[in-house]
Amino acid sequence: MNPVATPFFFYALAAVAVLSAIAVIMRRNPVHSAIALIFTLLSLAGLYLMLYAPFVAGVQIILYVGGIVVLFLFVIMLINIDRMEREYQFNKQWLVGLLAAAVLGTLFVAVYVKGQAIFPQHAVRFPEQLNTQQVGKMLYVDYLLPFEIASLLLLVAIVGAVVMAKKRI
Amino acid sequence: MSDFLNYLSSNVTPGQAGAYLWVTIYILIIFAVASVAVMAMTWLERKILAHMQVRLGPMRVGPHGLLQPIADAVKLLIKEDIIPEGADKLVFWMAPVVVVITAFTTYIVIPFGPTHAVTDMNIGILFMLGVASLGTLGIIMAGWASNSHYPLLGSLRSSAQMVSYEVAMGMAVVSAVLMTSLTGAGAYGIGATAANSLGTLSMIGIVEAQMNQHVWFIFKFFPLGFAAFGIFAIAMVAETNRAPFDLPEAESELTAGFHTEYSGFRWSLFFMAEYAAMIAVASIAVTLWLGGWLRPFPHWLSGDPWGTAFSFFPALTFFVLAGMSFRATIRMPEHPYFKIQKTGLGIFGLVLGAIGLVLLVPPVRDRIQDIYWFTIKVAAFMYLYIWYRGTFPRYRFDQLMKLGWKFMIPAGIGVLILTALVGVL
Repeated sequence: MNPVATPFFFYALAAVAVLSAIAVIMRRNPVHSAIALIFTLLSLAGLYLMLYAPFVAGVQIILYVGGIVVLFLFVIMLINIDRMEREYQFNKQWLVGLLAAAVLGTLFVAVYVKGQAIFPQHAVRFPEQLNTQQVGKMLYVDYLLPFEIASLLLLVAIVGAVVMAKKRI
Repeated sequence: MSDFLNYLSSNVTPGQAGAYLWVTIYILIIFAVASVAVMAMTWLERKILAHMQVRLGPMRVGPHGLLQPIADAVKLLIKEDIIPEGADKLVFWMAPVVVVITAFTTYIVIPFGPTHAVTDMNIGILFMLGVASLGTLGIIMAGWASNSHYPLLGSLRSSAQMVSYEVAMGMAVVSAVLMTSLTGAGAYGIGATAANSLGTLSMIGIVEAQMNQHVWFIFKFFPLGFAAFGIFAIAMVAETNRAPFDLPEAESELTAGFHTEYSGFRWSLFFMAEYAAMIAVASIAVTLWLGGWLRPFPHWLSGDPWGTAFSFFPALTFFVLAGMSFRATIRMPEHPYFKIQKTGLGIFGLVLGAIGLVLLVPPVRDRIQDIYWFTIKVAAFMYLYIWYRGTFPRYRFDQLMKLGWKFMIPAGIGVLILTALVGVL
């Protein structure tokens, strides 16, 4: 099946992602920020689909949206938001932040303009039926050691969280 | 127009063929049938629970309460829509919408037949699990937006339970997906050759793997397939917040949990989404372990007499239902007040019999097979759900979480490891 209206979908998904990301940091209510984060992650999943990586898109939805944002919302729900919403928001480092963002933006523009050689000339299109197999092969054959190290890191995080949350060890 | 009719001669799902109009038609049909199924489930649940508790259930609204779902729907639609005072209006509105959308989106990949699905994604089962996990978000939003402590507690408990049992479900699903690609050895290696053992995540591919390997995955690598099926069957009940895992929405404990503050149509959206999610996870179980649309013994009892005999089952089912209606008609009391109910039930029995007769016609008989067997298996699961509700006492929440984390997940991982070991030996 041939893809349809690719530029439209790309710009739409990108706009949703950027606007939701801006809403994440601009909304006063943390639950609204979390919901905006959901929209960002879902549009990222759509972008993965456009890159012919259905497995990555599916896993993004399951893990990020269905797991991580759910846990974010757990914590947000357990704290008292009313007082937080009425507090005056201030930021003493806005000048440094602005300078850092400007430098980063210049860096991106410079890389894009001067470094055309790094980017591939044509979009590399992997066969999408094999996405699951290829990701599995890379995880478990080519990059097995980093995979195991990452899972060990996650185990350490879980153990640490349980230790901090228990009343008696 | 000829493009439109061209699709009928192809042998792929409309999503794969790119036939957008047929995709829309399939989606509309599935949505309509799912809504009707949800309404029928409400009636069935009340009747079956009542019969298990040696009472009658709804009998007044229509003959034997058959019009009760319509009465319920009308009541819910005309109820006043109350929004609590401090509630966050946007999130309060969005929560039932999210839950309903995710519950019904999973129907896109459910395979009712080899070509009878809306589309066949090559990550079908992953898509279903992912969209089912999105439903958790709707429940969290509902509990939080109600600005009241009972819904907040209920939604926290409910979403914690759903997240925990999703892991167990995932382990069971992965062990079933493993079985599509593993051949096993010795007695376990019967039927699965290297040719028909290509691993796949697509729902239609999983059922076709069962067909090519001549075994339903519940019986493959016995007892591992059975253990994986058991883990999934228990986890799916916990995932949809149904008894015996329904503490978050139990009336006596939490005054209806996360949907306490929702009234009228919004509550009916939650209700519909719960039943739709039940049907969706039951479809996953049927596809992965019970052979999807395959009739019993397609290879052992293959060929003409058996094929034709099995093809009479749909009509037979409807004739049995029509017979039950007629028997109930005859046993109606002879009072003049019951005349309308008697005629109504008689007409209902005649309609069922007419459908049965239509299903006897040979062209229809050939085409309805896949859908019928799939539906019958899912209906058996629905009966199991209602049976669980009528039989088991409720789990306390800490017992529930202990069961999920300390028993289901290790058991799931164990089954996964054993399946992988047995498969590659």
